[in-house]
Amino acid sequence: MAVELTARKLLTIISESALEDTLIREIEALGAHGYTVTEARGKGGHGKRDASWAPNSNIRLDVLCSQATALAICETLRDRYYANYSMITFLSDVEVMRPQKF
Amino acid sequence: MPYFEPVVLFFLLGGIAGLLRSDLKIPGVLYESLSIFLLLAIGLKGGVELSRYELSAVALPGLAVVLVGALIPLVAFPVLRGIGKLSRADSGAIAAHYGSVSVVTFAVGTTYLARQGLDIEGFMTVFLVLLEFPALVIGVLLARSGEEGVPWRRVIHEVMTGKSLVLLLGGLVIGWVAGPEGAESIAPVFFTLFKGLLAFFLLEMGLVAASRIADLRRAGLFLVGFATLMPLASAALGLATGLALGLSTGGLTLLATLYASASYIAAPAAMRIAVPEANPALSIGAALGVTFPFNLIVGIPLYHRLAQALQPIGG
Repeated sequence: MAVELTARKLLTIISESALEDTLIREIEALGAHGYTVTEARGKGGHGKRDASWAPNSNIRLDVLCSQATALAICETLRDRYYANYSMITFLSDVEVMRPQKF
Repeated sequence: MPYFEPVVLFFLLGGIAGLLRSDLKIPGVLYESLSIFLLLAIGLKGGVELSRYELSAVALPGLAVVLVGALIPLVAFPVLRGIGKLSRADSGAIAAHYGSVSVVTFAVGTTYLARQGLDIEGFMTVFLVLLEFPALVIGVLLARSGEEGVPWRRVIHEVMTGKSLVLLLGGLVIGWVAGPEGAESIAPVFFTLFKGLLAFFLLEMGLVAASRIADLRRAGLFLVGFATLMPLASAALGLATGLALGLSTGGLTLLATLYASASYIAAPAAMRIAVPEANPALSIGAALGVTFPFNLIVGIPLYHRLAQALQPIGG
């Protein structure tokens, strides 16, 4: 049987660990059905974030969702968090099986 | 040679390794585990000591210590704002860090006093627990006074369910319920190993403190001066309060140390959520980069000396 694939968006957010609960609340309220959180380290506009202790740790939050949801999340994050928190977001096109899950 | 607590030497080792850009790195998971251990152990120890007291004997001194302690952020804020010309958000956040307390500074203070053979009133840990959160709320009020839309529910939730308060208070209750005999079975892990693990944690804090030096260079001289003078002023307040309460030399030293210390576990997490505009590099740089080492190396022995000199006055 051929595998059926449907287009979805993969939204990736890299931000401060302190925001984990807050961000999860936001994306769920905006219609995301699920997410994956991983601890992350790296360097960017706010310098090196090496996860040596809590205030210096990052998370990477991946969300598979529809384009409309992804854009709504991006807009909210930009308006509420970009000014004061270290945060980057990017979108990728992906194909998934079982599109109703996302 | 001046006397140094061995645990403080571990802090210096971490600091030197950090400044030399050594590849020494303590994994974040170990930092988390050690901080959980220390918070629980301090709570337990305090609870066991507390079980020797009537709770009613602790209530009034506790209230006095909290009320006087609330002065610290209220004094710090106008200084930061007026002399330091810092923003309202930064001033409020830094005031919160200095009004709240550092659990590890407290721990080093108790090991220092134990080494000097001084007894400490068993209820000092209650002061530690009580002093942790009021200043955080005062700091947020100062930073965001008159503003709409402060997420108070989340701020209070963050402060009251933060790991430091949960573990300290939880340990305190467990220790209090268990009493000296009940706690014997867990003593090998929580009491015997305490100093060694504290040394390990301080090694890590030395590394982190060294990584904060660059932030301080940007923050400028004012903040470095504030981070050295503020603990001295707060310690004086602690000594005066302790004398009024009739504390022993050990208790006086430890209350001065508590007031002088600045939080860097509970405060950064709470301020990040409650005062997003505040730059964490400033508050953490001052609290951890300057005040913490200052208290460890200069402060605690100094407060002890002052407590010894003042003790006869309090009588």
